[in-house]
Amino acid sequence: MRVALFLTCVNDTLYPDTGRAVVKLLTRLGVEVDFPMAQTCCGQAHYNTGYRHEAEPLARHFSDVFGEYEAIVTPSGSCGAMVRELYPRMGERARAEGRGNTLAATLAPVIPKTYELTEFLVDVLGVTDVGAYYPHHVTYHPTCHGLRGLGLADRPRRLLQAVKGLELAELPGADECCGFGGTFALKNSDVSAAMGADKVRNAESTGAEVLCAADNSCLMHIGGTMARLSTGMRPVHIAEILASTEEEPAR
Amino acid sequence: MSGTFVGMPAFPKAAHEAVHNSTLRGNLRHATHTIRAKRANAVAEVSDWAALREAGKQIKDHTLRHLDRYLVQLEESVTAAGGTVHWAADAEEANRIVTRLVKETGESEVVKVKSMATQEIGLNEALEEEGIRAYETDLAELIVQLGKDRPSHILVPAIHRNRGEIRDIFAREMSEWGRPAPDGLTDTPAELAEAARLHLREKFLRAKVGVSGANFMVAETGTMVVVESEGNGRMCLTLPETLISVVGIEKTVPTWQDLEVFLQTLPRSSTAERMNPYTSMWTGTTNSETADGPQTFHLVLLDNGRTDTLADEVGRQALRCIRCSACLNVCPVYERAGGHAYGSVYPGPIGAILSPQLRGTDSEIDSSLPYASSLCGACYEVCPVAIDIPEVLVHLRERVVEGGQVTREGNKVVLKPAKGHVAERAAMRAARWAFARPGVLRTGQRLASRTRRLHPRSLPGPGKAWSDSRALPALPSEPFRDWWQRTRGGSGKDGGK
Repeated sequence: MRVALFLTCVNDTLYPDTGRAVVKLLTRLGVEVDFPMAQTCCGQAHYNTGYRHEAEPLARHFSDVFGEYEAIVTPSGSCGAMVRELYPRMGERARAEGRGNTLAATLAPVIPKTYELTEFLVDVLGVTDVGAYYPHHVTYHPTCHGLRGLGLADRPRRLLQAVKGLELAELPGADECCGFGGTFALKNSDVSAAMGADKVRNAESTGAEVLCAADNSCLMHIGGTMARLSTGMRPVHIAEILASTEEEPAR
Repeated sequence: MSGTFVGMPAFPKAAHEAVHNSTLRGNLRHATHTIRAKRANAVAEVSDWAALREAGKQIKDHTLRHLDRYLVQLEESVTAAGGTVHWAADAEEANRIVTRLVKETGESEVVKVKSMATQEIGLNEALEEEGIRAYETDLAELIVQLGKDRPSHILVPAIHRNRGEIRDIFAREMSEWGRPAPDGLTDTPAELAEAARLHLREKFLRAKVGVSGANFMVAETGTMVVVESEGNGRMCLTLPETLISVVGIEKTVPTWQDLEVFLQTLPRSSTAERMNPYTSMWTGTTNSETADGPQTFHLVLLDNGRTDTLADEVGRQALRCIRCSACLNVCPVYERAGGHAYGSVYPGPIGAILSPQLRGTDSEIDSSLPYASSLCGACYEVCPVAIDIPEVLVHLRERVVEGGQVTREGNKVVLKPAKGHVAERAAMRAARWAFARPGVLRTGQRLASRTRRLHPRSLPGPGKAWSDSRALPALPSEPFRDWWQRTRGGSGKDGGK
């Protein structure tokens, strides 16, 4: 199976390790991964800040870049939700504005074949034990757009539970937002920081050394808060845990 | 705390104070988490919750689509049952009508059932200007009124107060309004409730005029419905000779049978009860002088921005709201910012989409409310009428930054983009331009990576909002795409890292 890695602009720029982990993991599972070099940004930040019309060319570009692939896999719940939940809405709104069906038709092919990484592993490849080894004490934070947008449910947890050596601790208040929220983190920084601090305190209470999530944007906020609060914990993307093996362990 | 919401600062500024008030944070955290857990249990008991939610949504959407017809039917039914219907286009007109009706009775005081609509229009203040005293009889509204405070929650308006604060307010203020608090009042719930009971009882027995809102109005019968927990509403609805109900037009349901859905979803969503203790229903006037209930009944139908909201295809779903407060109780932003920061009687997620629609996005507070959310979606998940609050928030953000056509007082007008978003708009356009050109993005990424040792650990200007509380991420030595091109995904001769 040949899939396109939709890494997201944030991961490409700031978190290449996550991208390398996805490639390593999927290759190990027999998937042929391609990274279309023309990919940029799905437009989520534009859309969610109120710049829907600025997001439209980015969505069209996404469709051009990824349209030909059998499946599109992304290690980001929120960017995955952007394509699956919000691209259809963009098409509808364009229609409602009297601009016809063109945008909806352009975006339609990529919508159903875009998968968040854990969804792709569990639903498409049908695996929960990916042969990973990660001898650490981990707690898992389900990010909002993955949990409530895409409905990832217990998929990430099932994958983590099958990892050899991994001890999974329950995170109190797991389904509460960490406070990132894209531009919310800047526009309402007091509330955002307070939410982040509460999330970190809950994570600390588990005694885990690693906080794992399936979205690096949220981890950037949580990890940045951890650093400011000088906790001993570190944020790790789920792809890096699932890619880790006894032969090639992750840090 | 002043008793008015006029001239509120933008949400982030108002929230700043609340976030750093540890008593308030503690009160809110305790209260919202308790009710959040109870609601989840109460909803989980119902096997067909999803179907009830969908039914509630459909009944509301159907009614709103044919509101013109159902309102006329409602007027006919109420009139046939002996009531009088008044139509109020805005707050000012509604206040004028109610003031006139009270004056016509010759009375100078009224007892009030807890009502959001009368708070929305500032009825108490309008009556006071005309020398009429309005007594709030809902326990929490009483606390707010005695404390010269503002409500901070739809269902529990004094949620920001703890028992000690309530004791102090009762001991200090009750004597100004009527029967004083008993000497040596403690902060036990039973003593506080008894003090309120004694204080309110004399008002119920004396009152000749009651003022209420309604949770539902049944078009086919002209029946008003109020659901409540304390029974104080029931006292106001049955004892006074004259009853004046001020109700938003969107509270209409077509048939008696439609209540079946909402009388299941509302109590479980709001107080986490299977059934609320008091459900009062009245149809017009009572037909004998000895029976309970008002001899004179007036219904004031309130628009106040609702028809304008109905004209908006995306925003109109906010009118489905049955004021249950589930979205407030589950909202992480509300929990930390508190209700007052929303600058409206409608706080929390629903307030953030209702206020900018009912009042417009002109003021500082109203144009900031659509951003008072991390878009986490918890509100949508618990909403018993499936209002997609994040969808409407984003839609209203678009209205703020792009402007565009809206309906105001029945007329279509074109809004200009709001001020204060110039730099953001430029940045979004620049980002869109760069993202449409992978080569430009790549150049930027490389430049950032190669200069990474020069990057500061904290940011000036707008970036300070990030780095004050969060460390900046360290940039990698190269972006992923360079590694990919160099190694073909780790399979090339370079072999990856």
